[in-house]
Amino acid sequence: MCTTASCHCPTWNDFSGLLPGIRVVTQIHERDDTQRLRESVAAAVAKRQPLAVCGRGSKTFLGPVVAGNMLGTAEHCGGVDYRPDELVITARAGTPLAHIKRLLATQSQMLPFDPPLFRGEGSLGGAVAAGLSGPQRPWFGSVRDAVLGVRLINGQAEVLTFGGQVMKNVAGYDVARLMTGAFGTLGVLLQVSIKVLPQPQREITLVFDLDRDDALARVVAWGRQSIPLSATCHVDNTLHVRLSGTEQGISSAARALGGTVLPHAATFWDTLRDHAQPFFTEALCWRIALPSAAPFPRVAGRWLVEWAGAQRWLRSEEPPEVIVAAVTALGGFATPFHRVAVAPRVESGLLKYYQRIKTAFDPHDIFNRGRLWMDA
Amino acid sequence: MDHSGQVLQRLRDALPLNCLITDPRAMRPFETDGLTAVKQMPWVVALPESLAQLRAVVGICRECAVPLVARGAGTGLSGGARPLADGVLLGLSKLSRILEIDPDNRIARVEPGVRNLAITEAAAPFGLYYAPDPSSQIACSIGGNVAENSGGVHCLKYGLTVHNVLGIKVLTIDGDELTLGGAVLDSPGYDLLALFNGSEGMLGIVTEVTVRLLPKPEAKSLVLGAFSTLEDAGDAVGKIIAAGVVPAGLEMMDALAVQAAEAFVGAGYPTDAAAILLCELDGAAADVAAQSNQVQRLMRMQHATSVRVSRDDAERERMWLGRKAAFPAVGRLAPDYYCMDGTIPRSRLGEVLRAIARLSAEYGLGVANVFHAGDGNLHPLILYDANAPGQLAGAEAMGGRILALCVEVGGTVTGEHGVGVEKLDAMCGQFNAQELDQFHRIKSAFDAHGLLNPGKAVPTLTRCAELGGMHVHDGQLPLPDLERF
Repeated sequence: MCTTASCHCPTWNDFSGLLPGIRVVTQIHERDDTQRLRESVAAAVAKRQPLAVCGRGSKTFLGPVVAGNMLGTAEHCGGVDYRPDELVITARAGTPLAHIKRLLATQSQMLPFDPPLFRGEGSLGGAVAAGLSGPQRPWFGSVRDAVLGVRLINGQAEVLTFGGQVMKNVAGYDVARLMTGAFGTLGVLLQVSIKVLPQPQREITLVFDLDRDDALARVVAWGRQSIPLSATCHVDNTLHVRLSGTEQGISSAARALGGTVLPHAATFWDTLRDHAQPFFTEALCWRIALPSAAPFPRVAGRWLVEWAGAQRWLRSEEPPEVIVAAVTALGGFATPFHRVAVAPRVESGLLKYYQRIKTAFDPHDIFNRGRLWMDA
Repeated sequence: MDHSGQVLQRLRDALPLNCLITDPRAMRPFETDGLTAVKQMPWVVALPESLAQLRAVVGICRECAVPLVARGAGTGLSGGARPLADGVLLGLSKLSRILEIDPDNRIARVEPGVRNLAITEAAAPFGLYYAPDPSSQIACSIGGNVAENSGGVHCLKYGLTVHNVLGIKVLTIDGDELTLGGAVLDSPGYDLLALFNGSEGMLGIVTEVTVRLLPKPEAKSLVLGAFSTLEDAGDAVGKIIAAGVVPAGLEMMDALAVQAAEAFVGAGYPTDAAAILLCELDGAAADVAAQSNQVQRLMRMQHATSVRVSRDDAERERMWLGRKAAFPAVGRLAPDYYCMDGTIPRSRLGEVLRAIARLSAEYGLGVANVFHAGDGNLHPLILYDANAPGQLAGAEAMGGRILALCVEVGGTVTGEHGVGVEKLDAMCGQFNAQELDQFHRIKSAFDAHGLLNPGKAVPTLTRCAELGGMHVHDGQLPLPDLERF
């Protein structure tokens, strides 16, 4: 069982020497836990004992409880190599996301996928392992889009490096992206390199009173035009739309779109991203991926729609099989976003390949058994 | 009937007459891909017209243990589609239907043989387009793009193929038909979709591709800056990025490439410059105007000797022409050229270009440099004459040293052209034995008997051992405790 571990990364308060356009290698008080982690994996392999791999434990409410001794990467943190003019940051897996975000902000840069910080927590490795992206994902890319390279321990206790710190790299299979969203079932992430982006110069959030279907039609139509959208959210008959760009660009787009300007909008988007909104606090929550313009599945429940229709959150007490069937019929995927007894089944044709890929990395089935998919 | 006779008979039974080529003269166009220095006649060429025929060919190859090389349009630059003397060359060019353009969901669903540019053409009536535009986009197929994870000049802002493909259907050598991803963002489970992008036909045959389409930008602007030193041009790139601008394209050409392009197409490039930068901005008109001004200012601050901005689309396209014609233009300077494809951290550009100049002098071969500066992808074009004794070997040796240099400064041996057969040796320098072994285990998960495109993309450990390959990571020089194999 994975519990929240503490991390001894200090708070950065001295950013002197960080100048744009200059290669910056920030060495902070760091801890390289590679050896301990590798030895733990080797010992578990020798005894064929499963391990519950986790980062800072912020996403343990998702999916099934994992059996085995906990192997936490939270103490494996720091080692930051940040190069603002290369748009790349590399850090150990346990480095808190909050620290990474603060460091990037000093250079007016950001993680393009803006991952959720549930309860304000989360590590870089955990964000990559979970593969969850925030409200701006359709416009700035997903976690896997931004992952450039990883270092990991495989299920033979080997420390391996794949990908790199450059944007374009087609040398060998894309293991770095395969690790994204694998929930630690294929290896223990040690280090990740991420493509970062400049923060937009200006942002504005507009609010519209629209029902669910009108709001969807509106964002779908806007999606076909060259409009600097960067987030949308529809809940409770209110559509929120964020525009990002230059001062001139968003002023002219805002005039064309209409609506009312929402003051202090950053808080709204942060609470949405971190699921701190009231919508997420009650009933069982499902994450639904659909084609943007797809109609709403016929399921009783409440909806919150993000990503211009491509990601919809559903709060429903309907039986899981009803929800899954309704979403699948529309070409989408329904994933329980709460504690479950067992992970979802994998479509029968794919199961063989999931098993073989798992075996290719973790031949003794040590890591996060049953965390992502049910092996049957 | 012997084994190969039996296989041939089964292929004849499975395919119409016009879909199976066995005549050596008719197979000639298939003996090479875009890496023309490497030639090999295939045993037979199969060109299925339907999914059912494709299934049949794959089934016959599986049952008879005949290796299979998938080929799109044959424009790849690393020999990934090089045929095998004892294998079937599986051409997918006849599977070329556009199955669906869905403007509301902004997707196109197409067969693997559809040309890259044909997708954009089909989407154009809806004001949409497909973003990745490799230089071969007129000819290259989307299936080949997936296999190679192709790039182009707009990757910094719009990404590679892997960032623009939402779903694929694949046929495995076991005969399983898998759907990976779909018309949605971020489908759950293992990201096998990412794994297939750039897998060079080693894991399965792509039978259908769903790509995301983007709205055509309202405005585009191209800024051309000329610089008297490569360092100034390189610094300007860093300043543009650090200032928060994400250009749609950011390209650099050195003096030799500029002069060759100018002589070839007359794009109006300043031929006395040591380097030029082409910076394209796109998006909403107001954003583009503001960013264009910002980029011009930044270039001047970095000592640009001249700065020019496109006034309209016609002028913008004329200004691009020189860059787009750079390879054939350089091709006029010598009988042959060898195109390299390393990626480096951009901050190391100056030092890498100086090292390339030293290598150029050492081998006595000219080099023109074309650089996707925004994403660090360098294309040195080594000039040689295949008919001059030793020059091809010299070009290859020099290319190998350039790639080793890329790895040494923290980069990679291939940014967008793939490993194919060309960079197998270079892979030995970038990955150690355990990492290569992990690649081989991934391959085995999909193709246990090694029938799909054998001998490509990932070198055998034996090959690396014979090469005495040295493993260089993160710019560290080889250490005594690093393993050798």
